[in-house]
Amino acid sequence: MEERFYDVGRKSKGAGDRMTSKETKQLTVISGKGGTGKSSIIASIAYLLKDRALLADADVDAADLYILFPPTESEAYEYKGLKKAVIDFDICTKCNICQESCRFGAIDSDLYIHSFKCEGCALCYHVCPVSAISMEDRVSGFYYNSDTRLGKMVHARLHPGEESSGLLVAEVRKKGKEEAEKSGKDLVLIDGSPGLGCPVISSITGSNLALVVTEPTLSGKHDLERILKLLEQFHIPSYVIVNKYDINEEITEEIEEMCKDNTPVISRIPFNPIFTKAMIEKKSVVEMETTDETTKDIQKMLHEIAKFVDEKI
Amino acid sequence: MQTLVVMLSMKIAVVSGKGGTGKTTVATSLALTIENSQLIDADVEEPNCFLFLHTKAEIVGNAEIPVPRIDEDICTLCGKCSDSCEYNALANLPGKILLFEKICHGCGVCSAVCPIDAITEEPRAIGNIYSNNGEDLLFNYGELIVGEELSTPVITKLKEYTNEEKSIVVIDSPPGSACAMVEAVIDSDFVIVVGEPTPFGLSDMKIVVETLKQLDKKFGIIINKDGIGNEEMEDYCVKENLSILMKIPFDLKIAKQYSKGITLVESFPEWKKDFTMLEEKVRGLVTG
Repeated sequence: MEERFYDVGRKSKGAGDRMTSKETKQLTVISGKGGTGKSSIIASIAYLLKDRALLADADVDAADLYILFPPTESEAYEYKGLKKAVIDFDICTKCNICQESCRFGAIDSDLYIHSFKCEGCALCYHVCPVSAISMEDRVSGFYYNSDTRLGKMVHARLHPGEESSGLLVAEVRKKGKEEAEKSGKDLVLIDGSPGLGCPVISSITGSNLALVVTEPTLSGKHDLERILKLLEQFHIPSYVIVNKYDINEEITEEIEEMCKDNTPVISRIPFNPIFTKAMIEKKSVVEMETTDETTKDIQKMLHEIAKFVDEKI
Repeated sequence: MQTLVVMLSMKIAVVSGKGGTGKTTVATSLALTIENSQLIDADVEEPNCFLFLHTKAEIVGNAEIPVPRIDEDICTLCGKCSDSCEYNALANLPGKILLFEKICHGCGVCSAVCPIDAITEEPRAIGNIYSNNGEDLLFNYGELIVGEELSTPVITKLKEYTNEEKSIVVIDSPPGSACAMVEAVIDSDFVIVVGEPTPFGLSDMKIVVETLKQLDKKFGIIINKDGIGNEEMEDYCVKENLSILMKIPFDLKIAKQYSKGITLVESFPEWKKDFTMLEEKVRGLVTG
């Protein structure tokens, strides 16, 4: 796979960053709880809508869509997140003011800086009486604009343990829009990460629609309540898909009841080994050839979800 | 001569990389099997352990971030604070310095650099800490307030409730491999990586393994839902010389019990001996 590198330096992030182009629409697929099947489902939607939509994998510390849609060629962009403090021991007088001031416990009493704990705030740099500390750029990850059988796909890889995953997600989102516009596509499909903190918030920012993939478990239902609260705060119209619904039909019905007024369930998909089989064959579920009736039913459901998205946005 | 054997308290974090592989399944069963244990649910964005335990946990504290308050009577709008904020949480607008509270990390730089001391700090709650105040099992969890961005400080606060007198402290960690996961595992003696043997599961496991190696953490693997995918995960573990501590088969019966909020050891008590052996294995790897 060929990679071409671009150094775009550190991006400035401010409120203006949260505006999006009126022409290009954005759909985000999230879940709250992990492991519900959102990546598998968005993969099929992306395949079916590939003429209209560009796929962006915003699950930056656990990206998986490159497995189903292997890149043949990539442009790689360095992502520089938060800076890290570095002490120049030729100047340092070991007064330890930096260590005492750091609120994140990143500096030891022997003035070793733990890079995993350093949040790049630069307080130590500001308080050092002899200016022995500098803040250094570091590459926190990469994002890629890759050729795949869907056309362009934007994805990223955050270096392990890094902070600022939300900022890298924002880069993926922006690059996705840019590429969609270049390719004459009017929709970006964003695969979000589990949870509901800063990376998820960054992935729903500017979205016209959200799909929440849940599972009929107590955990899934509880996490769904929280994620729907978040989507409500952001005023994003949302719909729910219950995956593996036959694991617990009672809870499936509770979820449908809970959602019916504001965020209706648009599909309930049964548990089926085709999801893993498709992963192993590096395909989306709708691309799999099958004679099995239940599998074909699932493929039909995925077609319906794609149609729903296509018409809703 | 008598020999006194002291069982040291052991902190075991449970991670996964990919979400939904079975961290909570393993963490709850391990904590329930071992006597004199503590379970800490550090998946503060979406905590679930409380759904599985027959114990009531209540709010005992909260996680706060000190955020700046600018005295507008003194402020000269010089902009030094907003220029110095590495998170762009302060914006120098005409006539006002605007604070974006939710992205403020509470680092203290703005108040430190203000040339006229116009900035004081005020704590802002971003999450709640719960405890059942139990003996055996002691259970704590943190919960990020919906809409808040930063989960790591909630995990940091939650860890203050670690009880060093417990035989084991099991820490159910967030998915992924970014800073929240690192914060959950950084003080642990051992990390259990729960993987599911699918291509997505393996890809995410490799990232988490790389992170743990960089953190210099002792770790071992549990393969959950064994049989759902292929042999690649086991091959990878063997090739990399990673210790496979346990395998839990893929079984719809286990999945259905999980869906109802019933732990593995409560549903199928024969698993208790496996979790007892797991603890012994881990203790051996930690002290060995």
